[in-house]
Amino acid sequence: MSTAGNGYKWVGTRPVRHDGLDKVTGRAHFGADYATAGMLHGAVLRSPHAHARIKQIDFTEALGLPGVKAIITGADLPELGDDKVAGGEGDATYRDLSRNILAQGKVLYEGHAVAAVAAVTLRLAREAAAAIQVEYEVLPPVLTLEHAMADDAPLLHDDLFTSGLDSPPDRASNVSARHVIDRGDLDQGWAEAEVVVEQEYSTKAVHQGYIEPHAVVAQAGEDGRSTLWCSSQGHFVIRTLTAHVLGWDPGDMKVIPAEIGGGFGGKTTIYLEPLAALLSRRSGRPVKMVMTRDEVFRATGPTSGAVMKVKMGARRDGKLVAARADMAYEAGAFPGSPIGPGIMSVFAPYDIPNVLIEGYDVVLNKPKVAAYRAPGAPMAAFAAESVLDELAEQLGIDPLEMRLRNAVTEGVRAVYGPKYRKIGLVETLEAARDHPHYSAPLGPWQGRGVASGWWMNYGGETTATVSINLDGTAVVMSGCPDIGGSRASLALMAAEELGIDVHRIEPVVADTHSIGYNDLTGGSRVTFAVGIAVVEAARQLIDDLCSRAARLRDVPRTEVEWVDGRAQSVTGAFPPLTLEELAAGSARTGGPLSATKTVNPRGVGVAFSTQICDVEVDPDTGKVTILRYTVTQDAGRAIHPDYVEGQMQGGAVQGIGWAVGEEYIFDQNGVMENPGFLDYRMPVASDLPMIDTVVVEVPNPDHPYGVRGVGEVGIVPPLAAVANAVYAATGQRIRELPMSPVRVLEALSG
Amino acid sequence: MTRTVVTCVVNGDPVDFLCHDHQTLLSALRDELGLTGTKEGCGTGDCGACSVILDGRLVCSCLVLAPEVEGRSIGTIEGMANGQHLHPLQESFLQGAAFQCGVCTPGFLMAAQALLENNPSPTETEVRYGVAGNLCRCTGYDKIVRSILDAAARMRDSDAQRR
Repeated sequence: MSTAGNGYKWVGTRPVRHDGLDKVTGRAHFGADYATAGMLHGAVLRSPHAHARIKQIDFTEALGLPGVKAIITGADLPELGDDKVAGGEGDATYRDLSRNILAQGKVLYEGHAVAAVAAVTLRLAREAAAAIQVEYEVLPPVLTLEHAMADDAPLLHDDLFTSGLDSPPDRASNVSARHVIDRGDLDQGWAEAEVVVEQEYSTKAVHQGYIEPHAVVAQAGEDGRSTLWCSSQGHFVIRTLTAHVLGWDPGDMKVIPAEIGGGFGGKTTIYLEPLAALLSRRSGRPVKMVMTRDEVFRATGPTSGAVMKVKMGARRDGKLVAARADMAYEAGAFPGSPIGPGIMSVFAPYDIPNVLIEGYDVVLNKPKVAAYRAPGAPMAAFAAESVLDELAEQLGIDPLEMRLRNAVTEGVRAVYGPKYRKIGLVETLEAARDHPHYSAPLGPWQGRGVASGWWMNYGGETTATVSINLDGTAVVMSGCPDIGGSRASLALMAAEELGIDVHRIEPVVADTHSIGYNDLTGGSRVTFAVGIAVVEAARQLIDDLCSRAARLRDVPRTEVEWVDGRAQSVTGAFPPLTLEELAAGSARTGGPLSATKTVNPRGVGVAFSTQICDVEVDPDTGKVTILRYTVTQDAGRAIHPDYVEGQMQGGAVQGIGWAVGEEYIFDQNGVMENPGFLDYRMPVASDLPMIDTVVVEVPNPDHPYGVRGVGEVGIVPPLAAVANAVYAATGQRIRELPMSPVRVLEALSG
Repeated sequence: MTRTVVTCVVNGDPVDFLCHDHQTLLSALRDELGLTGTKEGCGTGDCGACSVILDGRLVCSCLVLAPEVEGRSIGTIEGMANGQHLHPLQESFLQGAAFQCGVCTPGFLMAAQALLENNPSPTETEVRYGVAGNLCRCTGYDKIVRSILDAAARMRDSDAQRR
């Protein structure tokens, strides 16, 4: 019997999450909550300059202060090669990762770490860091994409040559790579087009904005082994990266995951971890390091600022026939912006025969970007979905209808190469069109915008174990931090398989020494990929249980089936054996009941979302108020609908913040002027309405319950949805984010 | 450096601790008393993660110096439940899935408790302004606001039943 209304007993229900009690009582331990005896405190000296050569570092005086135990600089890290970083999100080399951890030769952004100190108190560590003498030769900073790409721009890296050009470059550049997607015949496309729109767009760097700053405690043992306690999106990847940067053996490093206070991609890489580990090795004491919010803004994240020129052409009937995009993304101080997924995503929702997309990855004197929820896609969608809105208006076609006429469906070849399998874009568009929101009346200075978005999602390497305790309760163990309800979703799938109450299952996030390798919690992958491993492990366990029951009842294995938590006869020939009975007797039937599965699944379900935004614009102040907001999204299957809705709502609101308020602001020297939550303005509760959700379920045929990833695609449409709504309210297209009051007023005064 | 002995009441219990003059109440709660349920998100009073109740008033504990709480009474997340009984707000945050990562949750619960003590029947807008000093980056606030409204209704119902 289905209690969820979808044919399942547990999948699709909304039980209280297993880690919930700890999180409403303050008992959950996050990154900064760990402490151990004899612990030192670490602090980082950071560059005050955006671009400078380090001529000399003198820390004699600082190291001489009573209570200061160790000081390290870039000279203490081993030289690393150009091999690509494994397992993390984003694109980087180990050499660059190392140089981002501690500057080597040059500082490349304001806030770049120059030295780290361990001392008996945090205050003393900070005083010692301030007492380190650094002599800089200040260099001109490169702060905009336009400047960075100019022929006469100062170079950040003398040895950086643009990859992906038609002929190899003869001199170094701030452009690290060119990426191209080319298909069809663009000239023929423009010839067929009856209406063409071409516009330029730009967005600013924005931060992931997780509320928990980065934190770690490291203990390096006398035997060469070490232990790290930290919050991250993946402790296995933290181990790989940290050990590699230090030249240590990853197998000698144990990383114990704390609860993670938000990541959104920003905790997929390392900052403090190697500093604390090396300071601990040098001092012989455990070392704790916690970033201030100011450090989080100046030295971690953000995602790329971008400039994009997008041109799209359509026939009178609305069919898109040609599209071109030229896009440049800020990588920050080292190569590796999300330009790759940016160019994949820009036209991904639409079936367009003739397409040319060029993307550039550009270094400049700002913090190295980190992954941020659907990395590279929201800004691309801002440009493309705004142009599509203009096209629809010029053609006199309803914007959702325009999208429906061009939406990709199963069997259509994606702009970026493969053929789509079963996908639900059309269903999200129809859900938006049929939602009462879409036809609700609007008042003066109010407007409605829509936009759609695509995200590829990810599978990844995964290990999961399902074990049965002697009392018939179960433990589901994975190695992926639970960042927003994945313990509950994994337990629900195990409950469905085993046929037992979800609260008789304890989901556990195990450390690097307690379970096989797991990739990050990222790419919307956990409920998909770890879910597959859990289901496969549970099914292996059920097979084992049925075999034991068959032996106990002296019948062939084929005469036993698993139903509702019991091994029963397919013919009713013997009384069933419950999980409790089988568990209690396991010692006599073959030993403990446990199964482990490792997977690296293919068949990731591509996700789409369509969103409707109503705004009101105050013509006197330029303030944009979000009046009403609806998110439709194809989840494939919502395992725990509360947390699916939560991902949709949270993603949309991050996108709203990106659209109307958030931006990194730098002075002419490249010093960040707003490194705090007062001046970097993320949405608060009073800025927002309720965020309505419609969970569309077009099951992914390659997951046992139909799961697609749900974490990321929700942030893709909002930038354009809000911009299109502002246009509808004011008649002005704002093509530069954020649509802050100043920018809106400028647009209104024409 | 000399330290000051501070005597106060935390979650109803008499408590004393040693602190430096420059130390914040947040640091004293976390580092001296081991009450790590109160979180630091910014250290500048902008995110509300460190919210506690000081003599009945909601404050950011990162903006209060520890020596200032001499003789005063502090309520933290660790004291919100009554023995084995969760506060109705904790109950509705659990039932309503009002958090994802959970790091802002203690601060939101403190702010919501302060709000409902002053205004047992808030409108949605009043709830939104009541917790406008607390940042959540995961939820978009929808389920937080609904859970606070739900807890308020349940507390009014149980008050009415008691009368």
